[in-house]
Amino acid sequence: MHPRLALAVIAGKSAGAVSRRLGKGGGTAVPGLVAARIDPAIVSDLGRQLGRGSVLVTGTNGKTTTSRILASILDAEGVPCLHNREGSNLMRGIASTLMGRTGLSGAVRDGSETLGLFETDEATLPLATTALAPRALAFTNLFRDQLDRYGEVDTVAALWREALAIAPPGATLVLNADDPSVAEFAIGWQGPVHWFGLDDAALATGSAGAFDARWCRACGANFAYERRYFAHLGLWRCTGCGRARPSPQTAATDVRLSLDEAAFSVDGLGVVTMPLTGVYNVSNALAAVALARVLGLSGEAIRRGLANVHPAFGRQESVMLEGRRLRLLLCKNPAGANQVISLLASLPGDELKAGILLNDRDADGRDVSWTWDVDYERLAGRVARCWTGGTRAEDMALRLKYAGWPAPAAVASDPGAFLDAVLAGSHAGDEIFLIPTYTAMLDMRADLVRRGAAARFWANQT
Amino acid sequence: MTEKLQLRLAHLYPDVMNIYGDRGNVIALRYRCEARGIELEVTEVNVGDPFVPTDFDLVLIGGGQDREQRHIADDLVARGPALKAAIDDGLPALAVCGGFQLFGHRYVDNEGGVIPGIGVFDLETRHPGPRADRCIGDVVLATELGDIVGFENHGGRTYLAPGQQPFGSVKRGFGNNAEDHTEGARHRNAIGTYLHGSLLPKNPALADELILAALRRRYGPDVELPPLDDATETAAHDAATRVAERRSRASR
Repeated sequence: MHPRLALAVIAGKSAGAVSRRLGKGGGTAVPGLVAARIDPAIVSDLGRQLGRGSVLVTGTNGKTTTSRILASILDAEGVPCLHNREGSNLMRGIASTLMGRTGLSGAVRDGSETLGLFETDEATLPLATTALAPRALAFTNLFRDQLDRYGEVDTVAALWREALAIAPPGATLVLNADDPSVAEFAIGWQGPVHWFGLDDAALATGSAGAFDARWCRACGANFAYERRYFAHLGLWRCTGCGRARPSPQTAATDVRLSLDEAAFSVDGLGVVTMPLTGVYNVSNALAAVALARVLGLSGEAIRRGLANVHPAFGRQESVMLEGRRLRLLLCKNPAGANQVISLLASLPGDELKAGILLNDRDADGRDVSWTWDVDYERLAGRVARCWTGGTRAEDMALRLKYAGWPAPAAVASDPGAFLDAVLAGSHAGDEIFLIPTYTAMLDMRADLVRRGAAARFWANQT
Repeated sequence: MTEKLQLRLAHLYPDVMNIYGDRGNVIALRYRCEARGIELEVTEVNVGDPFVPTDFDLVLIGGGQDREQRHIADDLVARGPALKAAIDDGLPALAVCGGFQLFGHRYVDNEGGVIPGIGVFDLETRHPGPRADRCIGDVVLATELGDIVGFENHGGRTYLAPGQQPFGSVKRGFGNNAEDHTEGARHRNAIGTYLHGSLLPKNPALADELILAALRRRYGPDVELPPLDDATETAAHDAATRVAERRSRASR
């Protein structure tokens, strides 16, 4: 144990405690941020103490949910794991998670028994791969996200190729067979690959939103689709070289979705059920099941883990406020938002009540043009009442006007005023869908806490 | 006049050149036409599709990544002379971001490769290389149509030839090249710009200018556009202006 590591751990832990006590937030990134200043190699120094190694989960969407499902499966199997479950997925967040189980001497408690499970930001993957030498890397999907933050989709793909060039050669890649942009990472990979994918023709849609994969990287020809699930995910085939969607080892058939849960069949597991819904969450669950199989976890643990998973922060959470059931559906980018729109479109009736909150802070993306890639038009005529909120509430109101929605009952940038307007325009017993971007969700969550409707997220999740 | 007015819009490469919500421009044109009883017929023109520019009243092209621009460049260049002739003759057009770059003479990409353009505008674009910062942020322009707001995100720097009119001058943001305070380009009824966000919904004056130019070219100079209730559009426009000004102050 070198002294700098111990000093880094002490300084980081103190900073986290201070941040928490000042009510500045959960302190989920602060300890790592401070410790990394003192020992830049802290993730590597602590990570190498994990006897069961580490797995990394990345992708544009589904990182948090996939990781949480796997954590739930690990819990069912009784495997101790360290998991950045608050979604703090940069190097400082990973460092904070490791430090949470580290004594002042710099030793990770029960390190030899523990597995590291780290949701990893797309752009952080090369650094995390270098520091942790993971035994498996899972890629959920690759969509256009916050273009002002990451540049173009191709930039992210280049970062992932960089990570794979430094990953341990024996590591297993867990890849989404339905996403041709993810499937291409198998090209040239010498180690094992475990594919997951959807196998249900009933999930195919005609209009499927923005399209972020057009050409085969191997030959440059166009992709043709026998079936599209959403965005560019589906049963694809290259019209040039004939490369096609691989047959997945872990596939979902017979998918049945309700507002509260999803049931589907997986070869070797039978019918499984989880309290998350939407086609995208079935895809996330498959990624987690595939990882669980790579880790050699039992079918029974997988079944129980899926059944017991709790929705991640702001993702399909349901909160009661003055008799109204508020369903929170986080949307961070066009692909995610289109999935939420699909979910709402699948509900019966045309009396939907929905509030959409658009923030433009750095974590949301300062560029709000992505809202024009979302098919809000699909809900035209189905919405009885709507509200817009967030720092760009006015932009959202305009988007909905051009989508054929009724004029919002309120356009309220202030989170408190927004919820007041929702209450004023609804009745006890109503179900209201609230669809925020990431920081808008944090703002709304904080306001719900003030109103006593939701617990502080770091209190009920650590 | 009892005849129902009709406009034919060619949307070039919608499958490929659409990275920053550019389809919002089509949505806005359709909304603002239909609100006035004008029928808007949209034809999507992709690589290899037949396209006769003189059969259309309006042309739109959006932005794409460098890889996508290379993919369409040959097809666009083959259509270049006919499209340029129609635009020289007054065909209204809107070219955004990557489409704007390809409406110039050439785009020198981040690897030094030259992607030829069609020379509608007298300008060229050079990417300063993979290590250079992109021009990313909110923009406010002063133009003949008043203030125009949007968001820019481009690696290439565009330089206008002497005599080439810009679309506007930069009040907030980077503009064509972060040096000379010009933004975009204008030639007859064609406008090129880096602004997305989407551009037309939040700038109804610009959307109406394109619609009116197209109508007058087809139906004669007496056509007028009845005004619409633009309170929502104006609120979004003003909110974007406030954001741009606040961020501009914060970065100084």
